[in-house]
Amino acid sequence: MAKKTYTGATLLTTLLERQGIRDLPGIPGGAILPFYDALHTSPIRHILARHEQGAGFIAHGMARVTGRAAACVATSGPGATNLLTAIADARLDSIPLVAITGQVPQSLIGTDAFQEVDTYGLSVPITKHNYLVRDVRDLLTVIPEAFTIAESGRPGPVLIDIPKDVQNAAIEIDDDELPAPGGCRPVPPAPDADIDALARMIASAQRPLIYLGGGIITSGASELAHELARRIAAPAVSTLNALGAIPAGSPHLMGMLGMHGTRATHTLLDECDLLLAIGARFDDRATGKADEFCPHAAIAHIDIDRAEFGKIKRPSLSIEADAADVLGRLLPRLQQNTSRAWLDRATALRDAHPLRHPPREAAPLHPVNLCRFLAETLPSDTIMTTDVGQHQMWVAQAYPFRAPRTLLTSGGLGTMGFGLPAAIGAAFAAPDRRIACVTGDGSLLMNIQELAVLADFNLPVAIIIFNNANLGLVRQQQELFYGRRYEASIFETTPDFAALARAFGIRGHSIAADSADPLAEIAGALALPGPCVINIPITSDEKVFPMVPPGAANRQSIEQATPAAA
Amino acid sequence: MTTTAISQAHILDLRVRNHPGVMSHVTGLFARRAFNLEAILCVPIAGGDESRMLLLVHGTPKLEQIERQLAKLHDVLSVRQRPDLPPDYFERLGGTEK
Ligand SMILES: Cc1ncc(C[n+]2csc(CCOP(=O)(O)OP(=O)(O)O)c2C)c(N)n1
Repeated sequence: MAKKTYTGATLLTTLLERQGIRDLPGIPGGAILPFYDALHTSPIRHILARHEQGAGFIAHGMARVTGRAAACVATSGPGATNLLTAIADARLDSIPLVAITGQVPQSLIGTDAFQEVDTYGLSVPITKHNYLVRDVRDLLTVIPEAFTIAESGRPGPVLIDIPKDVQNAAIEIDDDELPAPGGCRPVPPAPDADIDALARMIASAQRPLIYLGGGIITSGASELAHELARRIAAPAVSTLNALGAIPAGSPHLMGMLGMHGTRATHTLLDECDLLLAIGARFDDRATGKADEFCPHAAIAHIDIDRAEFGKIKRPSLSIEADAADVLGRLLPRLQQNTSRAWLDRATALRDAHPLRHPPREAAPLHPVNLCRFLAETLPSDTIMTTDVGQHQMWVAQAYPFRAPRTLLTSGGLGTMGFGLPAAIGAAFAAPDRRIACVTGDGSLLMNIQELAVLADFNLPVAIIIFNNANLGLVRQQQELFYGRRYEASIFETTPDFAALARAFGIRGHSIAADSADPLAEIAGALALPGPCVINIPITSDEKVFPMVPPGAANRQSIEQATPAAA
Repeated sequence: MTTTAISQAHILDLRVRNHPGVMSHVTGLFARRAFNLEAILCVPIAGGDESRMLLLVHGTPKLEQIERQLAKLHDVLSVRQRPDLPPDYFERLGGTEK
């Protein structure tokens, strides 16, 4: 077979194409220009973000919607450092991401050259794996391997730093030397004995509680988890990143647990005698004070990452495997539980402790009412992204997620600025769906420049601002725990977001606080096609309740502001 | 090094891929996860394709966590404990000055 001449850059585009990469967010710069030159003749569509963090979170949006690794690109130095937050976010939320950065030529590495930073060193603690490619031939192994690592087992980000001389180097290869694309490698099935043991634990439990983690969504085990709940007549509580695994409205779903969970979930955790943790990592926002988390329960922990076993809580039984594999083989071993007593107890608790909020007629713009209204107004398959703050928690508490991968949110890192670029990525990954981003007036400004990308591609993204003119969640903590000393949480000025949207060429709507029918106005804005920004004023001292004080046990949750707390 | 530290010490034996970044992955993991790393010895094996690393870690309840997190590193090929090595193994390598 005839040899073909590639450069590192053309080899890279070829390998990315073979990985199935169609859309590639990024920003060019000197050290990555050979690659951009190769993109010029590649079928890959480059999406020109306006900040590399935006490019990183656009890739998040794609990966979080599809479950497949998405890629993003940046130049050396500031391009690479700007990407880091998105990479760290992917690490904490186990998102498959392949970040490609240009690096100064190898002859200059170590000389403090222009735009040289140690991208490899900076990315060690926030990636699942990383590479500095020293020879053009190494691309043949590194690129497929990066995708395999990103997608296999517990997914995560991989960074590939490529010096400019490697991109320019010529290499002759046969086409049959091109490697097979990398991708998700299956993990070994759980031993039968483990699944038998799990079935026995469940059969002897009186009060089993399912603790749904994001791993259920990653593994595609949502329907199986719901079936498990039905089969054993058990209630389930969900982490932020597992919302949608069991549909809201299911008689088995008791809501989100943890810092902003309801009293029902705290009580169920206190009362259960078996906790079935599936794809969950006992994050402190979920457990509260870990020593007092589910004090009377034996724990069965199913996770693809064995380092999670015993990291926070010691399980009685741990199964290192894919959740779908375990649940699929567990179900045939379980009898239908006909006793409803425990589920009835859970339902009674849930019904006794609903979210507190005024009726819609009295307060249409109360955040809980707004979330419910959005759910009625947006198409049922809408993909929702959020930023970070009170609005994120209200969405998590009140918006009824009915399917996996319909909520994209920065759970582990809690990155303000996530929402808009993630929504853009979602729109690329799911071109026929409506995308909504609920954000705060603080968070949106952290990546507002990506409105330009929305305008470039005219994507069907609605940005809905819960505008309290505050860093609301900070203000809430100061009100409850710092004697109302509002240091640096109240904005002196807030921009006219509707005008800002129009400045970018996007439809902007401002809902007046005294509007006669604000919900009709919002519905009208959402009914029009194309991107839009809808600014909705909400009261600045509204709080997310319940709330567990940081460091406290979940049962010490505050239900509402008391004069003492205030 | 104090005698109590030695008595609680464990030696971990890692087989790793030998390339310039692997040391920062291993030491970085200890720093990031707040595990104590008392001493480290690294020698090339398998004709230079791999290295053997011996790590001296405090006897800590986190030992199992450390092993599992190390095992997840892509360039770490195996992790095992070496109770057969004497507790003052590293001290002897360090020479006689105290
Ligand atoms: C990048 C980043 N910086 C700081 C924080 C800390 N923080 C958490 S919530 C919050 C306020 C968010 O304000 P806003 O986006 O307006 O949302 P709100 O809480 O008002 O709904 C801040 C500053 C963060 N999560 N992320």
